[in-house]
Amino acid sequence: MIRILRQIFRTGIVTELTPRSDDPKITIGEIKLEDSVKKRFQRSLTVREVDAGSCNGCELEIHAINNPVYNCEQFGIHFTASPRFADVLLVTGPVTANMEIALRRTYDAVPSPKLVIAVGDCGCNGGIFGQSYASLGGIDKVIPVDIYIPGCPPTPTDILNGFYKIFL
Amino acid sequence: MKILEEALIAAFEAEAIPHEKAAQSTFTVPVGRFAEAAKVLKDAYALLCAEWASDETVFGSGFGIYACYHWGGEYLIVKAELPNDNPTFPTLTKHFVPAYRFERQIHSLMGVIPVGHPDDRPWIKFEDWPSDTFPLRKSFNASTPLMRTDGQYQWLKAEGEGVYEIPVGPVHAGIIEPGHFRFQAVGETIINLEERLGYVHKGIEKRFEAMTWESGVKLAARVSGDTTVAHATAYSMALESMTRTEVPARAQWLRALFLERERIANHLGDIGAICNDAAFAFMLYQCSRLKETIVRTNYKLFGHRFLMDRVVPGGVAADIDSSAKKEILSELNIIEEDFEHLVTIYEESSSLEDRVRNTGILTSELARELCTVGIVARASGLNVDCRIHTPYPPYDSLQIEPPVLTAGDVHARVWVRVSEIRESVRLIRRILRGIPQGGIVTDCRVPLPEATGFAAVEGWRGEIIYWLQSGHSGDVINRCMVRDPSALNWLALEQAIKGNIVPDFPLCNKSFNQSYSGHDL
Ligand code: SF4
Repeated sequence: MIRILRQIFRTGIVTELTPRSDDPKITIGEIKLEDSVKKRFQRSLTVREVDAGSCNGCELEIHAINNPVYNCEQFGIHFTASPRFADVLLVTGPVTANMEIALRRTYDAVPSPKLVIAVGDCGCNGGIFGQSYASLGGIDKVIPVDIYIPGCPPTPTDILNGFYKIFL
Repeated sequence: MKILEEALIAAFEAEAIPHEKAAQSTFTVPVGRFAEAAKVLKDAYALLCAEWASDETVFGSGFGIYACYHWGGEYLIVKAELPNDNPTFPTLTKHFVPAYRFERQIHSLMGVIPVGHPDDRPWIKFEDWPSDTFPLRKSFNASTPLMRTDGQYQWLKAEGEGVYEIPVGPVHAGIIEPGHFRFQAVGETIINLEERLGYVHKGIEKRFEAMTWESGVKLAARVSGDTTVAHATAYSMALESMTRTEVPARAQWLRALFLERERIANHLGDIGAICNDAAFAFMLYQCSRLKETIVRTNYKLFGHRFLMDRVVPGGVAADIDSSAKKEILSELNIIEEDFEHLVTIYEESSSLEDRVRNTGILTSELARELCTVGIVARASGLNVDCRIHTPYPPYDSLQIEPPVLTAGDVHARVWVRVSEIRESVRLIRRILRGIPQGGIVTDCRVPLPEATGFAAVEGWRGEIIYWLQSGHSGDVINRCMVRDPSALNWLALEQAIKGNIVPDFPLCNKSFNQSYSGHDL
């Protein structure tokens, strides 16, 4: 026990403030985020992550926003195991043909009002996998998307800046 | 010593015909004796690495069925040719368990039938695909969306008093890739686990066929995002083997540097995540902090946190200078010191020990029977590591100490990771001292028509294999076979979990940490 405490004190607080950028890459979908929605979600977001067919690279960066350095919980962003508790679906992809139904069902299980954030080039438009017999392309081919965060994969800073679009 | 090759020739004599244009020893045998070759090689102690089919109608023939075997420092490919109008071959499942899934996949995606296979349910291909869809065939148009039909997957059934089923997935509780697991349990004890994968099938192998050799490496780098360096290296080496490209020595050393950095980053992430699943969140935060340090240095020095697209055919796309060397060395010193503190804490924590010891045991016999690779194999007493047994430069001049444990439990898999982090830190220091001067990339020529290339690279999960085949003109990729370690090790998870309690599954699964994307392709 004493070693654990010593390590914790040695480490100190490593959390950094993520720089806010108005990155033009990160865009809002066709449906404008209404002020009431923004107000509602302010400083508290429960997120359900869905991998709709990614290569797992985007997941690594989503994990990273949870690490002590980015510590997304400082902004009230936390992940939930069930879509029924979620305000936001954070989706990576391309959506594979085999995941289409699961993605739709997960979306339907999220109570309204809900937001969808597409993460990564694949999530935005299918990326390198494009559209084929097995890949349907971007997330908006299957469910409506509110915020697009491109990048392969987008950095944790990019992802957090995507969330800021809801807070700002 | 070419033990496997000799064994095959001794048994087949003139019926085993060597290939001229192949980069890796390849022999064609009569299709009727394809399974017999497997038996001969098994008796010579071989492991099955991969089995795949290739549509060779563009060469005026039918289908090729290939099996790749491995033992010691030797890889051997056995091929059989199947006519277009009767694409069948005798199954290898009697001799090698992993053929079970390889052949289901061959059957589903290529429409080539393994005769005598015990299970004809599709694999990767879902029940709502039309049954005559064979995406890997040349005649298949990959750009149009699939039609959907009705269908129901037939699950294996366990019956008996008190047996119940728990279906899990494809969307799991955490931030992980999709897959479906079906447990049959009595009380808390799992008596059987059946995996249903294929959810992240993106048609990667088919997509390669629409790519140029150069752009193919980008796709290879995205087969499994956490193993981007190793996959890109394996693809590049396979291409270089078929074009006889001499990669500059400095580039080879840089590739090894990237590979070892990828290994450390992923092992750190895994150790943290495994401990977290045993309710020891302290380790998760500490390890993910260290991992973040590594990927940040990657970004600063090489421009990408996971080093995507930094390995290209012919070499690498990023170099180091003396200040970068200094930076890496000081980063290593910090990581090493902190990591050793954490290892001591891990060792001294009895609550953790209680969960990780004797949990999810994969016995040595099973590890061999299932031809496992990588961490999973080395934690179960199977000494396999391409960096040691079939070393490619610069590993042929770096001595590596393989950590081989025999317990085969969750702890052993953690401990293999711990030892490998230590070893990789040592290797990186050695690489920084010994890296030769010179260029970092050379032009990669275009392959000859109908040529094949092959490479096996030790990624952080284990051995990755690429097999490439050029088309009727050298510009075209006719087939790119990708074999991620997960294709073998997923089978091992099903076996290791039997007899364990349901709450230990996440822990056990995490200690295997297999790729879904690399498996489903
Ligand atoms: S955007 Fe890049 S990292 Fe993300 S899933 Fe697609 S290929 Fe992988």
